[in-house]
Amino acid sequence: MPVSNNPMIEVRGLTKRYGEVTAVRDLSFDVLPGRVTGFLGPNGAGKTTTMRLILGLAYPDAGTARIDGKSYASLAWPMREVGALLDARAVHGGRSAYNHLLCLAQTNNLPRKRVGEVLELVGLTEVARRRTKGFSLGMFQRLGIAGTLLGDPAVLMFDEPVNGLDPEGILWIRTLMKVLAAEGRTVFVSSHLMSEMQNTADHLIVIGRGQLLADCTMEEFIARASGQTVRVATPQADVLAKAVAEAGGTAVGGADGTLIVSGLLAAQVGALAFNHGVQVNELTVIRASLEAAFMELTADSVEYRAGAEGTRGQPAGPGQPPQELAGHGRPGYEGRS
Amino acid sequence: MATITTKQAPLLPAPSGRAGFGGTLRSEFTKIGSVRSTVWTLLVLFAVSVGIGAVASRVSATGWSNTPPADRTPLDATQVSMVGLLVLGPLVIVVLGALVLTAEYSTGMIRTSLIAMPRRGVIYVAKAVAFAAVALVTSLATALTAFFLGQALLASTHQSATLAGPGVLRAVLGTALYITLCGLFAFAAAAVIRNTAATITAMIGLLFVLPVLVNVLPWGWRDDLVRWLPTSAARAISATVWNAGPQNSHLFSQWGQFAVFAVYTVVLLVAGGILVRKRDA
Repeated sequence: MPVSNNPMIEVRGLTKRYGEVTAVRDLSFDVLPGRVTGFLGPNGAGKTTTMRLILGLAYPDAGTARIDGKSYASLAWPMREVGALLDARAVHGGRSAYNHLLCLAQTNNLPRKRVGEVLELVGLTEVARRRTKGFSLGMFQRLGIAGTLLGDPAVLMFDEPVNGLDPEGILWIRTLMKVLAAEGRTVFVSSHLMSEMQNTADHLIVIGRGQLLADCTMEEFIARASGQTVRVATPQADVLAKAVAEAGGTAVGGADGTLIVSGLLAAQVGALAFNHGVQVNELTVIRASLEAAFMELTADSVEYRAGAEGTRGQPAGPGQPPQELAGHGRPGYEGRS
Repeated sequence: MATITTKQAPLLPAPSGRAGFGGTLRSEFTKIGSVRSTVWTLLVLFAVSVGIGAVASRVSATGWSNTPPADRTPLDATQVSMVGLLVLGPLVIVVLGALVLTAEYSTGMIRTSLIAMPRRGVIYVAKAVAFAAVALVTSLATALTAFFLGQALLASTHQSATLAGPGVLRAVLGTALYITLCGLFAFAAAAVIRNTAATITAMIGLLFVLPVLVNVLPWGWRDDLVRWLPTSAARAISATVWNAGPQNSHLFSQWGQFAVFAVYTVVLLVAGGILVRKRDA
């Protein structure tokens, strides 16, 4: 499959309202082939709605979504051009995995042997004749992915494909997405977890409350997210904090008695400490995790947030030392409200 | 972990043209035939309808022989033999007709189907045609089997019918068509309502409760209303003993009565199709 730079998915001014709520607001972006494009946003940001609009399942109030220049409903052979999985459980439980895929294949005149091939590909051959009623979520995901691959399409869309999967399943899907992108296909995958995208996506489209927050490569996202915070361990924290404030930075007391400085480079903090005769026991540049950058970026756009204002920007996930987050720089992303 | 590759034998080159009705119709037949409960339900419909028809025929034959010849009223042997299908058929077929659509909505399968075939009108028509074909074949097989078995059991009355008899073929075919129409009506109602329980409730109200309610109305009103009921089609089309006497004077002709229900069904099918195309799935 030749890789071109022509966008395979083009979203322009897409808007969708449900009564009072605007689920997607004037959203525009491109998805290019040959790479995994992560579609990130907190729950309720409008990711699924956007995908439903692209696929013609829902109709937009304004704007257009095109695939290879055409609206989804006008694609000649939809399954040979796009494979999309929105909800892996959206399967009639009384039908076997084989028959489920067969009735999908028949709509696009795909040969019957393709069903066996994709079942083999996702490792469901042994349960192909079983009704899907008793399938685990992981098996549903594999079945859904088998369905997307039936027509060997150039464009693949997955909505939260790793939700509820065990680590092995997650690794399998990550690898699959990379392989598909390496084959030159367009892979567009949504998630509400930055950590999920960190190892998979080459490009990111971040939305919050239905609006575009960022559209950049993963490298750009990392660059913007890091290098802004310096942790200082010092017995004279108050002196240094004052000096930092005078120099235009921000200093916040960390959880373990350290000082977290943002807005200044490590060398500037070191010079300040030297000039003010402050003893420094430790000076560390903290590269904020992508998770933290993502939380920071979307903090204002999260629809439902647990806890008080003080929890803003802090991930709930385990394994995130809180001091890495406190007061780290706020990168100014375009489009941020 | 299994190694992953999507490398495969090259596909047949994409055919010219576009995904359309033929493939979608095959897909809809696969959908109906691959759900075990549907297949079983149709088999049970066949067996129980034939069984009830046989019992009714046997009882009629006994009653005939126990009635003095002078007191005998004309026996509609065709209608008697198909009574099982006429009573049970609509009940079963409206449930299946509704489920063909609502099961897709309740499981979310409709979205999977629409991603595979986004042209909604094509899916809607293919679904209706596939279901109608299955319903017609089943009810025709049931009607014919019940007819022949019933006539054998009624032979002693010398009132039994043959397919060549006056109005008999119309009654047998018409009954099968009526059952199919009930199923299509439920299918269309399901496209409008999109909920299994609500659709089935509405259908039972229309086909089983309304005819009873109409009977408690003053006779003048009843006679004006009854010709507009869908169920009057069944009474008219399945009869071979049909006189224009006071009993039927308020009804249209037999095919005319059938046409009333057919028009309802077509109108509702069009409405359902429009809604399926317009609404978000």
